[in-house]
Amino acid sequence: MANFFTDNEDIRFLFGHLDLAEIATVQEDHFVHADANALDGAPLDAGDALDNYRRILSIVGDVAANHVAPRADAVDEEGNTLNPDGTVTLGEKVRQNLKVLAQAELMGFTLPRKYGGLNCPNVIYTMANEIISRADASLMNLFGLQGIAETINAFADEQIKNQYLPDFARGLLTGAMVLTEPDAGSDLQAVSLRAWQDSDGQWRLTGVKRFITNGCGEILLTLARSEPQSRDGRGLSLFLAERSARIRVRHLEEKLGIHGSPTCELVYDDAPAKLIGERQRGLVPYVMSLMNGARVGIAAQSLGIAEAAFRVARRYAQTRKQFGVAIEKLPAVAEMVTDMKIAIEAARALTYETSRVCDLENNNLRILETNPPSDAEELKRRKGDARVWKRLAGMLTPMSKYYASEMCVKVASDAIQVLGGSGYMKDYPAERHLRDARITTIYEGTSQLQIVAAVRGVCSGAFEKAVDAYEQFQVNDEPLSALRQKLTEGKQLVLKAVQFVKDRGPDYMDLHGRRLVDSAIAVMVGHLFVKQATASQRKRAVARRFIETQLSAVRRDVDLVLSGDRSPLDDYVTLAGAAPTA
Amino acid sequence: MAYDSIVCVKQVPDTANITGDAMKDDGTVNRSALPAIFNPDDLHALEAALQVRDRFGGTVTAITMGPLSACEVLRDCLYRGADRVILVNDRRAAASDTLATGYILAQAVRKIGNCDLIWAGRQAIDGDTAQVGPQMAEKLGIPQVTYFEALVDLSGRTIRVRRNVGNGYEVLEARLPILLTVLDSANETRPAAAKRVMRFKHARSAGEITNEVAANMPAASSAEKEAEAARLLEKLRAAGLRIEQWSLDDVAADLRRCGMSGSPTKVHRVQSIVLTKEGYTEIPPSEEGVGRMIHELVVDHTLG
Repeated sequence: MANFFTDNEDIRFLFGHLDLAEIATVQEDHFVHADANALDGAPLDAGDALDNYRRILSIVGDVAANHVAPRADAVDEEGNTLNPDGTVTLGEKVRQNLKVLAQAELMGFTLPRKYGGLNCPNVIYTMANEIISRADASLMNLFGLQGIAETINAFADEQIKNQYLPDFARGLLTGAMVLTEPDAGSDLQAVSLRAWQDSDGQWRLTGVKRFITNGCGEILLTLARSEPQSRDGRGLSLFLAERSARIRVRHLEEKLGIHGSPTCELVYDDAPAKLIGERQRGLVPYVMSLMNGARVGIAAQSLGIAEAAFRVARRYAQTRKQFGVAIEKLPAVAEMVTDMKIAIEAARALTYETSRVCDLENNNLRILETNPPSDAEELKRRKGDARVWKRLAGMLTPMSKYYASEMCVKVASDAIQVLGGSGYMKDYPAERHLRDARITTIYEGTSQLQIVAAVRGVCSGAFEKAVDAYEQFQVNDEPLSALRQKLTEGKQLVLKAVQFVKDRGPDYMDLHGRRLVDSAIAVMVGHLFVKQATASQRKRAVARRFIETQLSAVRRDVDLVLSGDRSPLDDYVTLAGAAPTA
Repeated sequence: MAYDSIVCVKQVPDTANITGDAMKDDGTVNRSALPAIFNPDDLHALEAALQVRDRFGGTVTAITMGPLSACEVLRDCLYRGADRVILVNDRRAAASDTLATGYILAQAVRKIGNCDLIWAGRQAIDGDTAQVGPQMAEKLGIPQVTYFEALVDLSGRTIRVRRNVGNGYEVLEARLPILLTVLDSANETRPAAAKRVMRFKHARSAGEITNEVAANMPAASSAEKEAEAARLLEKLRAAGLRIEQWSLDDVAADLRRCGMSGSPTKVHRVQSIVLTKEGYTEIPPSEEGVGRMIHELVVDHTLG
């Protein structure tokens, strides 16, 4: 039987290569919950936990390959329907997909077992998101919304958790993160949907939200202004509103891609809601935390779409003959195909590394919050770790989202290029993959915003610290040491550019942000590849090719940064020309 | 009203992924060269039974006859939702043909006792005989419907089903208990459920435990091994994770009707068909073209 986990050599390689035993051990509190007699699902040890993870991913791979992928074309064709009463009927195939995911017990992926969840770490969930996205990118927008339940778990009170989380895990409820408004997109501080308390003290929500993925879901985590006098993010709180007649879907967007995912405009008509956590903490930290998880989710979705597109192109390049040979024998095509493959593996290495760091960070925070160590030394160490992980995750998360999504658009576009005219036609899924890919650089924060977040990590020491840590990894092998040497050169170039930028202020930093972030990522992924290369012959070739090509890009980018050119800012009107009047 | 189902499942070599050494010199299947899988049609039989349980209540019991390795498909049944699984395992059942297998499984069904619906896949991909299900029904003296495609109605002791007859369908009504063989077009099989997998991956039969103990305690005396096996089995039983394992004696089988002695089937000859012709023939889309093609197919006995 086809299986999108077991047929993916790179995911399986990383499953064995990443230190999942370490993650499992912290995720399962050193296995204190294990009961060797009951054998109720709590893993007995790291081996047992990893066996569970592998089995769970095999189920995801089975569902993706045999249930979801065969329906993907029809889902794309069919879309969803807005009813006159302001409700939405999901397409039949979408509903079938959700049913299968619920049957497979995959809808409480990261929730604690006490709420019926699987208690999987983020890195496994990221793999699952990728595998589902390869089958149908739009289904990931529903499967990948489990961050909503996670947010409830992290910040809501026990009563709300008990009321909703078990039904999320059973797949009986789906949710939406309801943030964006017509005048509050990238700038969420401008959210204006009004939260107010009626005479009984019941919170009510009034206003409009736009571009809400699965806004027709049952549980709407809604960011709203609870402090009418405020202007900024400190006046926002997070609310849980259940779908009712007081929340109407006014409009269902017609989109370029991800047609299976309903994108809704919502009207709240004094809808009753419950406050999540504390007032005024809605944007920071609740929504920021939710969005960080969602960004890694989009990185995973990007990987899945790119993987699907690559596989179409790889096969076509092998079977399509022109000039008497398979087109993969033509140098230009050969390079395009290998670049696609390496780009996917590079983004995957970075994204999984990010998930791994998030797991270490989240588990450390969970322990500090629920069961702080009594030993003063241990407490101090954990608090120190928390700061380190937070800074690292704060840089890696936007990096992954940016890097994987940009890669995805490029790979999906190149896949069509490999297929030529056939790729432009509906006969192959390549055009769907490109349409689905296009959103990934936009939602959950555009690439430009991810760069703004990431470049601050690059310029404030997080990059240097991360690379220092990678350099600690011992490589006793001549060719790999030579590659490491090049990465050291790359690091120094980046640090030189960083110093230059810092002397010129934030405008200049943001103008050259992309180049700084690209260069930093190239060095970091280079290190991840070198480490992978110690465990795989094939990865040696991948590491060599990646580092050779990327280092020349780093030199070029750093050159430009060091040029001091700021003409897009200083000569904007001259360069952009006059704005058209109509 | 709740209904109890029994589903007959089989572990088969994966004939969809044939490699060079898939056939032994004597023409029989080289089971060791092919991965063992859940017979595809049987998954649809299991799904049909689970759907009846989900809708009306009741239980689903899966049985298989085979070596200890067949516990793998029984665990898979547990992963997908079966309530109880039974392995019929006995050396003396080796080399049973469909007649003997049908007899042994019918005996197992008798031992299980009350049941309303017996489900089997249309056929197994290793032998493609489609005989065991119907033979069981004959031996149990109950009605059977082959090529089941949909449940039309089930109320009281009466079932109405749709049966695919190749170029159409018929709707049949029968009294329970009944045996049904299920087509792959009957339903979309549910996947394994993650939490059930984490739990039931620990399920073992007595024979498997004996082998595991022998492998883990090579130096122990046989008494020690027996004691350890008994301890483990008791633990599994307490946790609801013991796969029941029945011998031919347990199902009160007449040994003359089992294994080699109960199997009249003789393999007369095995033909190895190697397709030599490559490419394709183009048929003009006209009355005349199609007529010529039909004629050709009749002449070489492909049709008629």
